[in-house]
Amino acid sequence: MIRFVLPVVLALSAFQAHAEIKIQQVTSPGGISAWLVEEHSIPFTALDMRFAGGAALDEAGKRGATYLMSGLLEEGTGDMDARDFAKAEDALAASYGYSANSDSMSISARFLSENRDEAVDLLRRSIVEPTFSEDAIARVKDQVLSGIRADAEDPSSIASSKFDALAYGDHPYATAIEGTEDSVAALTRDDLMTAKNNVLVKDRVSIAAVGDITPEQLGTLLDSLLGALPTGGAPLPQTVDLSLTPGVTIVPYDTPQAQVVWGQKGLGMEDPDFFAAYLLNTILGGGGFESRLMHEVREKRGLTYGVYSYLADRDFADLWGGSVASANDRVAESISVIRDEWARIAKDGVTEEELDSAKKYLTGAYPLRFDGNGTIASILVGMQHDNMPIDYPATRNDKVNAVTLEEINRVARERLHPDQLRFVVVGKPVGLDPVN
Amino acid sequence: MLRRFAVGALTLTALTTPAIAQQTVSDLVTDFTLDNGMQVVVIEDHRAPVVVQMVWYRAGSADEKPGVSGIAHFLEHLMFKGTDSFGPGKFSATVAANGGTDNAFTNYDFTAYHQRVAADRLPLMMEMEADRMTHLNLDEDAIKTERQVILEERSMRTDSNPQALFGEQTRAAQYLNHHYGIPVIGWRHEMEQLNLQEAEDFYKMYYAPNNATLVVAGDVTPDEVHKLADQYYGVIPANPDLPDRVRPQEPEQRAERRVIFKDARVAQPYVSRTYLAPERDHDDQKPAAALVMLAQLLGGGQSGYLTDKLVFEKKIATYTSAFYNDTSLDDTNFGVYAVPAPGVSLEDAEAALDDALASFIKDGVDPAALERIKMQVRASQVYDRDDVAGLAQMYGAALSQGLTVSDIQAWPEILQEVQPDDIIAAAKQVLNKDHAVTGYLMSDKEVTQ
Repeated sequence: MIRFVLPVVLALSAFQAHAEIKIQQVTSPGGISAWLVEEHSIPFTALDMRFAGGAALDEAGKRGATYLMSGLLEEGTGDMDARDFAKAEDALAASYGYSANSDSMSISARFLSENRDEAVDLLRRSIVEPTFSEDAIARVKDQVLSGIRADAEDPSSIASSKFDALAYGDHPYATAIEGTEDSVAALTRDDLMTAKNNVLVKDRVSIAAVGDITPEQLGTLLDSLLGALPTGGAPLPQTVDLSLTPGVTIVPYDTPQAQVVWGQKGLGMEDPDFFAAYLLNTILGGGGFESRLMHEVREKRGLTYGVYSYLADRDFADLWGGSVASANDRVAESISVIRDEWARIAKDGVTEEELDSAKKYLTGAYPLRFDGNGTIASILVGMQHDNMPIDYPATRNDKVNAVTLEEINRVARERLHPDQLRFVVVGKPVGLDPVN
Repeated sequence: MLRRFAVGALTLTALTTPAIAQQTVSDLVTDFTLDNGMQVVVIEDHRAPVVVQMVWYRAGSADEKPGVSGIAHFLEHLMFKGTDSFGPGKFSATVAANGGTDNAFTNYDFTAYHQRVAADRLPLMMEMEADRMTHLNLDEDAIKTERQVILEERSMRTDSNPQALFGEQTRAAQYLNHHYGIPVIGWRHEMEQLNLQEAEDFYKMYYAPNNATLVVAGDVTPDEVHKLADQYYGVIPANPDLPDRVRPQEPEQRAERRVIFKDARVAQPYVSRTYLAPERDHDDQKPAAALVMLAQLLGGGQSGYLTDKLVFEKKIATYTSAFYNDTSLDDTNFGVYAVPAPGVSLEDAEAALDDALASFIKDGVDPAALERIKMQVRASQVYDRDDVAGLAQMYGAALSQGLTVSDIQAWPEILQEVQPDDIIAAAKQVLNKDHAVTGYLMSDKEVTQ
């Protein structure tokens, strides 16, 4: 049955709080691995699966194939059409989710213990033997095309697609995973089958289950659910060097509030400086009201509702970016303040007090993330996708706490490049000129 | 209005709560009232050492005086500007320094503040939340800067988004008299004039323990919460001058309304129809239960009746849905919409929508479809126990919108008892164009498709 079970007890301590989750590694008789957290107090299970590659595996000229395929899996299988499938899913009170993104494709499910076998079999049929009928293809294509046209008029979508085009050269990241109106219109049923066989392969999937299920039951489930999938898949893309140059790009658009995204080269989790950079970003512009950007741009000057910076650790590229939206006649000031803050933190670093607060926040908030079966399954799948060890949650806070003031300030000097920032502005900014 | 994130107004799924065997959601819930009138609900979940505290004030945008639209939401922002004990910005800084997250949101009927922290931090959260219930310090500088922030928020949520502008216009047309027709964030020209005095007036009138509900969910016991709530909130005097919650009500609606909204930024036109509809009332939830089932039968995903007719059979629409906001203090909305397929006009989509609504009433309810929905209501009894923060939201909102704990706990059973005839009767009553607004969202780049 189960080849081996490796229980890892993780003590997550937030102050006096103490959370324990037991993550087991399970391998099915057929050789499929998954992480499991048994939680028998509520009679359902959350299952999460992530297939590496995702929309980055679209073949040349077939942009949007993986995205469209992900929308068609629930549109019919065998003798069931889309409506029959939806009715069967509803009757079981199960729910399935299928989504493609630029690095992976996710399939998630939750189902009751009382009808687990039926719910898993229905899910299997959608993954292993989808129909992709011409009728369904036409219908879902219309939905996708409608979304593409809407994005073309949405200032924040315009900003990110312009930025991606500037940043990622000829890498798949440079274009939208939905494809273009032309590329989607040209996709055929064969293209969708190819996309499915390129992406949904059983040797590239990370799996986690959390809930009312034993290791033995999970092993059986995995073989019946995924056993018939092929192995191999299309080759993964190469790592891309950012093609960003410093400057300001303006996309004229008639809107009262300019949308801005910006970025420079970033760094990923495999980088020894990652945790210092992560803390640095938290202080600079990460999420909360406590960040310098939020304080300077919103709280002090009222220039925006929200301003954020982030480390985008993608599988094949690393970016340090940010976003803000300000009225057309105030956006130049927002950008100027953001540049100044980027430069100030790079030059002068952070204070001991800021570092201490950021550590307290990140280490305290971390165990609070492990909340609910579906959430935990999603976290565990993300960890596997990123090649993190099974005991990572137990050691992660130590890595945050180990960052010293000297280290974070060195990383600020070495990794933040205020003179390298590229801003993309969508709107009618006043007093702001393009710089190439 | 969430204070920090770009998510729309709080919507509560109709399909929540208990009914069957095993442990039910109700078993997790304890409620009591403090001596000063503050209502308290405790929802237990001991799986992880986490707690969510929410304080809900029974005051939202529909409680505003005429002319100061947005003041409830503005005050929500200002509530983070500090007290003598916790100065400007210290509230969120303290939550963050304790590893927690906090935020707030405003809706038509309530304003709520919440934090999520390790369970042993609950006393500190209560101390701070109780402190700002009556000790808020405001000054002109804070007003001036934060007013710019809410104007930027309006630009982001509404003015940059033609769908949001369209929704604002159709809602204004829906309500002839009730303040539900005024946007929560406010009309821009009134927001620009909001001042310190108006904010303080709203604060002093509505922020009091006898106008609030405390919801604590997570790894806590009712006894602990009771003791702490007495200590921190119990010492705050009730406001003896709290006004009765009487708001302008809708007159009888007698005329169909149509809203044609054109904007160059519209890439995908659609047609919407909203009807004035009854909401869940204390001890009177059956009409609303029938409407919940109607919305599910018409618009419930791929297997909904409208999708069946318009998307699959006639291929006249790309997407359809139906919605019903069951929880509301006063008259609520029932709505349907259709995104026309390429080459189909909004007029034809509307006609097909009307045909489908008429044929639904004529055909009657498919018993198998109704049974599937009831199965999902039963299953939510299981799934909801995995999300006590969601339960906290549901209890807090319902208790701020005229319902009691016993109403909330009776609701799943009331849903189970809905019969096909109830649904058809509700459809006949509510789907009346004299009570409705039909809206066309379209691009001004072309006259019609």
